[in-house]
Amino acid sequence: MTETGSTLHESPMTEQHSTERARLRFEHLSMVFPDGTHTLDDISFSVEPGEFVTVVGPSGCGKSTLLRIASGLTEHTGGHCDVDRDSIGYVFQDATLLPWRTVQRNVELNAELHGMSRSERSAKATEAIELVNLVGHEDKYPKQLSGGMKMRCSLARSLVLNPKVFLFDEPFGALDEITRERLNSEVLDLFQREQFSGLFITHSVSEAVFLSTRVLVMSQRPGRIIDDIAVPFPYPRHHDLRYGPEFGEVAARVSHGLAEAHA
Amino acid sequence: MSTDTSTDTGTGTDTVTPTDELDEVVPATAAAQVVDATMTHGPARKRIRWGDVAPPVILFTFIVGVWYFISYVMMNEQRRGVALPPPHVVIDEGLLVWEDNRGIRPILEAMLVTGRVALVGLLIAAVLGMAIAIVMNLSRGMERAIFPYAVVIQTLPILALVPIITIWFGYGLTSRLIATVLIAIFPVITNTFFGLMSADRQHHDLFTLNKASRMTRLWKMELPGAMPAIFTGLRIAAGGAVIGAIVGDFFFRRGDIGIGRLIDNYAKELRTPELFVAAIVSSLFGILIFVLVGMLSERVLRSWHDSAARVT
Repeated sequence: MTETGSTLHESPMTEQHSTERARLRFEHLSMVFPDGTHTLDDISFSVEPGEFVTVVGPSGCGKSTLLRIASGLTEHTGGHCDVDRDSIGYVFQDATLLPWRTVQRNVELNAELHGMSRSERSAKATEAIELVNLVGHEDKYPKQLSGGMKMRCSLARSLVLNPKVFLFDEPFGALDEITRERLNSEVLDLFQREQFSGLFITHSVSEAVFLSTRVLVMSQRPGRIIDDIAVPFPYPRHHDLRYGPEFGEVAARVSHGLAEAHA
Repeated sequence: MSTDTSTDTGTGTDTVTPTDELDEVVPATAAAQVVDATMTHGPARKRIRWGDVAPPVILFTFIVGVWYFISYVMMNEQRRGVALPPPHVVIDEGLLVWEDNRGIRPILEAMLVTGRVALVGLLIAAVLGMAIAIVMNLSRGMERAIFPYAVVIQTLPILALVPIITIWFGYGLTSRLIATVLIAIFPVITNTFFGLMSADRQHHDLFTLNKASRMTRLWKMELPGAMPAIFTGLRIAAGGAVIGAIVGDFFFRRGDIGIGRLIDNYAKELRTPELFVAAIVSSLFGILIFVLVGMLSERVLRSWHDSAARVT
C-alpha cells in the first residue's frame, strides 16, 4: 500500500475495497536466472481487491516471468512475493486445452485436479461455460473451435475454482482485433461479477487502458517499473470508450511510457 | 453432415442462442473452417469413385498378363510348373483344393498357428513396451539405464539370437513368442517414450499450478497426449510381429506347423502353386493385422486428432 497508495485512490473501483489487504504484493522483487540473465530488478507494487493492473513493456523485459513468479511456477531470487497461491487463476498465452477432451471436460480439468467431486465440478463447469458464452459447444473438441472460443474455454476452466487473483499472460495476442475487443469486454464482465483482482500482461496499449484500473510500464531487461498510470474510467466500460478523447489521453501517456522503455 | 451443423443451432435455442454469438464472434472464414472440420470427421463416408478404383485394377490386370506371358512364352513346360505356374494353376491347385494335406486347408491351419503367435506377441510387446517407456519417462536414471539396451535389442540380428533362445527356452511356443516380442517391442518403446516426452510445456505448467501428482500428470496428460505416437509404434510393431512369428516358425520347429515352416516345406518339395498361395496368405495376414491396428487407432483418436483421418 505504501508506495502505490496514492494512485490507487484515483480509481473509483478501489474505494470500497481499500480496507482489505492486498491480494498480490511484490516487494523489491528481483530475478536473476541461473545463466546470469538479470530479468527483473526491484519490482514493487501490489494489486488490491477490485484492482485490474496491466503491465506493458518491450518484448523480453520479464513481464511473463513476473506472472510465473506470482503463480509459483518460477522461484524468484530476491525480494518478496506475497500472494495466496491457492486462489490463483492463470490464463496462458495459448488456450492450453487438452485436445482429447471436450469443452466440458476441459473446463472441468482444474476442479478435477483439485479433487472436486464429479457432480460438483460438472455443475461448476456448466455455470462457467454459460459465463463465457460457450453454451451449445460443450461436446466439441478443441480442434473444432475458433481461436476466440478456445480462449473462452480456457477462461472458463480458471473460473471454475473462483480464484481471487487472475493472472493473464498476454492471452489474446494471437486473436484478430474484433475477437480480441469482444473478449476484453467479456473479461471486464467477469471482473465485475467475480470480483477478482487482475494482473494482465499485454503488448496492446488499447487493451491495457480499456481493461485496467492501473497500467504499469516496464523497462527493457532488467525490467523495472518506470511508469504507473491510473485509468480513471468507471466500470462498466462500454466498447466505444476506446474512441473518446479521454481514452486517447491515457493511451498516449502509456504509449509514451512504452517509447521511453524501448529507448 | 447436416447433424453437426444442426447441433449448433438446436441445443441452445432456449438459453443464450449461441448461433448469434458464433456469427458475431467468429469471422466468417473461421466459422466455415469449424463446420468443415466437423464435416470431414463426421459420420459421412467418402463415396467410392471409379477414378480411385480403376488405376489399381488396371495395374493388377497388367501384372496378371505379364505373369501369363512369362509363364507360357518365356518358359518351357518343365520350368513353368516349378518356377512360375500360371495364375489359374495356382488357383486350381493352391486355392480350390480342400484336403488334409493339400491345397488351402493346411495353409490356413498353419496361418492360424502363426497368427496366434503374432497377435499374442504383439500384445505382449505393446503392454511391455509401453510399461518400459513409462518407467523411462518417470525417471531420468531409468531412461539412461534402459535406452541403450532398447537400441541394442533393435540392432541385434534376431537370427543371431536364435541359438541362445533355443538353449534357454527350447523349440516350442515360448521361443516363438520371444522372437516375436524382440522384433516388435522396440518401436513401441521408442514411440511411446517420445510421445510421453513431447508433452507441451504449458500443459506441464497447467498441471503444476493445479498441484497434480506425478501419476496424475502421467495418466491425465502425458499418456493421452502420447496416444497418436503410441499407435504409430503399434502399427510398425504389427508388421514386425508377423515377420517375427514367421521367422520363428522357420527355426523353432516343435509343435504345430506354422506358415513359415509350411512355406519352407513347400519350397523343398517344389509344390510351387501352394507355395505361392501360402506366401500370399501370409502377406494378407500381415496387411490384415496392420489394418486392424489402424482401425483401432482411428477409433480411439478420430474425435480429437487430425492425423486419424488420414490413417488406414
